[in-house]
Amino acid sequence: MTDLEAITRRAIDDWVDEPGALLPILHAIQDQLGYIPPSSVPRIARALNMTRADVHGVMSFYHEFRSEPAGRHVLQICGAEACQARGCRELEAHTQQRLGVGYHQTTLDGDITLEQVYCLGNCATGPSVRLDDRIIGRVTPQRMDRLLDGIATVPLTIQPAGGEG
Amino acid sequence: MLGYFDPATDAGTPPVESTEQVRLTIDGQSVTVPEGTSVMRAAALAGISIPKLCATESLEAFGSCRLCLVAIEGKRGTPAACTTPVAEGMTVRTDTERVQRLRRQVMELYMSDHPPEYLSRSDRSDCELQDRVAQVGLETVRYGFEGRNHLDAEVDDSNPYFQFDPAKCIVCSRCVRACDEVQGTFALTIQGRGFDSTVAASQDDDFIDSECVSCGACVQACPTDALLEKSIIEEGLPDHSVRTTCAYCGVGCSFKAEMKGERLIRMVPDQDGHANHGHSCVKGRFAFGYATHPDRLTTPMIRNHIDEPWREVGWEEAIDFAARRLKAIQAEHGRESIGGITSSRCTNEETYLVQKLVRAGFGNNNTDTCARVCHSPTGYGLKMTLGESAGTQTFDSVMHSDVILVIGANPTDAHPVFASQVRRRLRQGATLIVADPRAIDLLHTPHADPGLHLPLKPGTNVALINAMAHVVVTEGLEDQAFIDQRCDPDAFQRWRRFISEERHSPEATESETGVPADRLREAARLFGTAGNASIYYGLGVSEHSQGSTMVMGIANLAMATGNIGREGVGVNPLRGQNNVQGSCDMGSFPHELPGYQHVGLEDVRHSFELDWGVTIDDEAGLRIPNMLDAAIDGDFRGLYVQGEDIAQSDPNTQHVEAALRSLDCLIVQDLFLNETAKFAHVLLPGSSFLEKDGTFTNAERRINRVRQAMTPLAGKADWEITQDLSNALGYPMHYSHPSEIMDEIARLTPTFRGVSFEKIDRLGSIQWPCNDEHPEGTPIMHETDFPIGLGRFAVTEYVPTTERSNSRYPLLLTTGRILSQYNVGAQTRRTRNDTWHAEDVLDLHPQDAEDRGIRDGDWVGITSRTGSTVLHAVVSERMPPGVVYTTFHHPVSGANVITTDNSDWATNCPEYKVTAVQVEKVHQPSRWQQRHEADDRQQRAFLTGSLAVPEDE
Repeated sequence: MTDLEAITRRAIDDWVDEPGALLPILHAIQDQLGYIPPSSVPRIARALNMTRADVHGVMSFYHEFRSEPAGRHVLQICGAEACQARGCRELEAHTQQRLGVGYHQTTLDGDITLEQVYCLGNCATGPSVRLDDRIIGRVTPQRMDRLLDGIATVPLTIQPAGGEG
Repeated sequence: MLGYFDPATDAGTPPVESTEQVRLTIDGQSVTVPEGTSVMRAAALAGISIPKLCATESLEAFGSCRLCLVAIEGKRGTPAACTTPVAEGMTVRTDTERVQRLRRQVMELYMSDHPPEYLSRSDRSDCELQDRVAQVGLETVRYGFEGRNHLDAEVDDSNPYFQFDPAKCIVCSRCVRACDEVQGTFALTIQGRGFDSTVAASQDDDFIDSECVSCGACVQACPTDALLEKSIIEEGLPDHSVRTTCAYCGVGCSFKAEMKGERLIRMVPDQDGHANHGHSCVKGRFAFGYATHPDRLTTPMIRNHIDEPWREVGWEEAIDFAARRLKAIQAEHGRESIGGITSSRCTNEETYLVQKLVRAGFGNNNTDTCARVCHSPTGYGLKMTLGESAGTQTFDSVMHSDVILVIGANPTDAHPVFASQVRRRLRQGATLIVADPRAIDLLHTPHADPGLHLPLKPGTNVALINAMAHVVVTEGLEDQAFIDQRCDPDAFQRWRRFISEERHSPEATESETGVPADRLREAARLFGTAGNASIYYGLGVSEHSQGSTMVMGIANLAMATGNIGREGVGVNPLRGQNNVQGSCDMGSFPHELPGYQHVGLEDVRHSFELDWGVTIDDEAGLRIPNMLDAAIDGDFRGLYVQGEDIAQSDPNTQHVEAALRSLDCLIVQDLFLNETAKFAHVLLPGSSFLEKDGTFTNAERRINRVRQAMTPLAGKADWEITQDLSNALGYPMHYSHPSEIMDEIARLTPTFRGVSFEKIDRLGSIQWPCNDEHPEGTPIMHETDFPIGLGRFAVTEYVPTTERSNSRYPLLLTTGRILSQYNVGAQTRRTRNDTWHAEDVLDLHPQDAEDRGIRDGDWVGITSRTGSTVLHAVVSERMPPGVVYTTFHHPVSGANVITTDNSDWATNCPEYKVTAVQVEKVHQPSRWQQRHEADDRQQRAFLTGSLAVPEDE
């Protein structure tokens, strides 16, 4: 049994008897693997007496759940009202152009996954972004460049692109 | 009326039952409806059509399209009429200026992301959206069509019968809800959110790779052209329709055959159909291509010998040739030397006529039918215990069941529309018990509690049912009041003493059945303590050496627990073919005249003799296996086969072939050159269900009308052919319409006394018995008494089959069906249903596969003591270890080359469900298969009048 199967099975075993088990199972798998492999979906469906369509419908509704591994870094830009008022549209255009990807996509080198979120709870200091687990306020395009330069200096070369996440 | 969604008749939300009535006013009109009814439905009942897109009365209200907005006095805003329940004194306006403006705006938004040509009405399409555009009066879209849209979305045409074009989808969820609520497969979902929401199959798969079973409910539900039949795209809209009955399984769904002139464009299940309520499966809705397939025989043919090419002749010459040969055989070998087999796919009237021809024209009782090899034990077992050879309920009755016991049946594949109903009931909370060697799909019903599976070893049914009854009796779960009032006390006491013996306990039978004792006790307690417990069973019950015993065991259990004679209970054989109930009812069996009246009874014979003007033999005639044996012995020399393929469907193929080869005259009347026809001397081209009038009787005794939609391809309906043959043989028949045959049936058959075409047309359908006591038919049987007075418990001793696994044949082969194919496959193989099942395969458990070094997809040889064949292997967890499984939809599979001569002790129904076999890896098809292929090529060459064998096609 691969890790992936073991993780899926454990997540199912931990939650299957609870009411509304689907979301906790999806979270448990994503917390460990960083994504929910499509091959896990039939097992989850079977265990919960649901169908693959049922699980897919829920997974795809929440942007939080991924069906493929994210990049090494996840960059989220807030698109909610306060940040819009502080210029997040300009920031997102700049960032997308610089990275060459749209929202919910990962750069070709597997480095960064760009996401849109609605509110990071940091409204007083917008536009706000979150880079991995770090919340950063008052991000101008220039500051974004520095942030991205910062992670680009991480020794990428020793890590192969892609991989199982 | 064309189209299934007619705003004039579709009230938008399902009917509600309530004892409380609510009065309200809609557009100034006073309306009274049951409490809980939606405003939309109330308006529709008052003749007021509120525009709607996401609502249809076959689905629960959803409230997503926002087109049905109305104004309600005292309520803020404009609520949706579909999700707003009526209230006493409510005042609703459906047509205020504000409401009209809002609706136009809603529609405008839809149309801004829809192909612009849909703004105008078109005759090319039956798109409901276009009708609504016209209804709300939208003419232009102010936003233009340049904004973000889905118009470039890719079409999914992976399904052979329909396509999905997301550009035309309005994401109303009707397809998703139809898949959930109507079909119960839950294969569709809305993926993503907001603007990105789209309909997806499974995990955004192509439809063909998804969980979709192609029932077509989504296509029927779609209010736009997003989900559309390919036949409509290719051939355009139909111009008229004919109400008729499906010719596939025993559910007997009502359909509208939508025609364009003489061409069938699509089959649409009829909302008013009493068996199917507007639902269908992939076979009934889509697999009708066989009816006009180029393989259809359209000219009568004759030949002197089966090694000769066929000669095309006119009807008269063919019938003459057949009659002369039959007469010559009888002259030389005696009256008993010929016989006939009636078809369970033809109409009641046609089946009746064949047995009448045999009894009156041939002058013997050598008539039998394919029910011999499927449900003859049902006829026998139920008659002995309950007094009538038929199921006791309606299909709808299952909606009142608390516990549903399914034995040896696979409804999701073989009776799909009924399976959808069972699944609906299971989602409502009923408990499922399945007794079957395999874990059938019903056990995995989405959004229902998993059922209790009793995975018994093939051939141990009687031990299992006895153990269940033992628990009921010994744990005091009997319904004593029912037994006292309704059952024969002596028979009951005898049975009670027998069944109480310790040797029938779950613990004692565990080693025999393989079912853990505690699980069996749990099942028996569930069944015995349920308010309403029903039993549904299939060929896994009847096709055993103890098939009749098992049927009686089932009746015993139902009587002991008082589960007979009301809604939600009963004993229900799921009949395989469209008219197998009917063919049995019509006197096809050698010992029974129509209505199960025994030929040995003088008064019965007398009434038929008076009507038919002949003397009827008072001895039962030959059964199919007797005919075959007698043919090999040389005593039986002529056979008239109406629409049945015994060479493929009957057990021990090599024996059947030898028998057919011995006949001097084999007359085959069929749509195609089937396996049996390859041994024939006369080929009479039959007519499909679309080409004639008549009736089919389904598994719930429901007599449904079959109505002619096109001219018979070969010029004659089957009843006309039988009539011609009878006349040529010197027994005159002069019917001008099948209704006259039904009138004769009604005259001679007490249970059909009140049946006529006129009454069926008026009522829609009739469940027999239909007589003076029950002039409109009998939905639930045995409500107050049994036809034999008191119910008779039968002692059901378990006698293990002689077909046991041993060291030479260590595995048990059992056979069954799959969803996309039907029976011998003569019809479905000639449709695009082959997409799903192009060949029969052998399912086996991973352990059995590993022991033999077999991997998925390998060629495997399957050998029994009768013969051997070769199939591809499918390694499957659904099989228990020691049991292998296949289907017999393709002739070349030779599934019946390996089945044995064992049969039911009472009725000779073959033991298809248990054959001891060995399985091993091989590299090529079997000798029988290679010979079959060569013979098949030769016989098809003969069909074109040629002697030459064509090269491999």
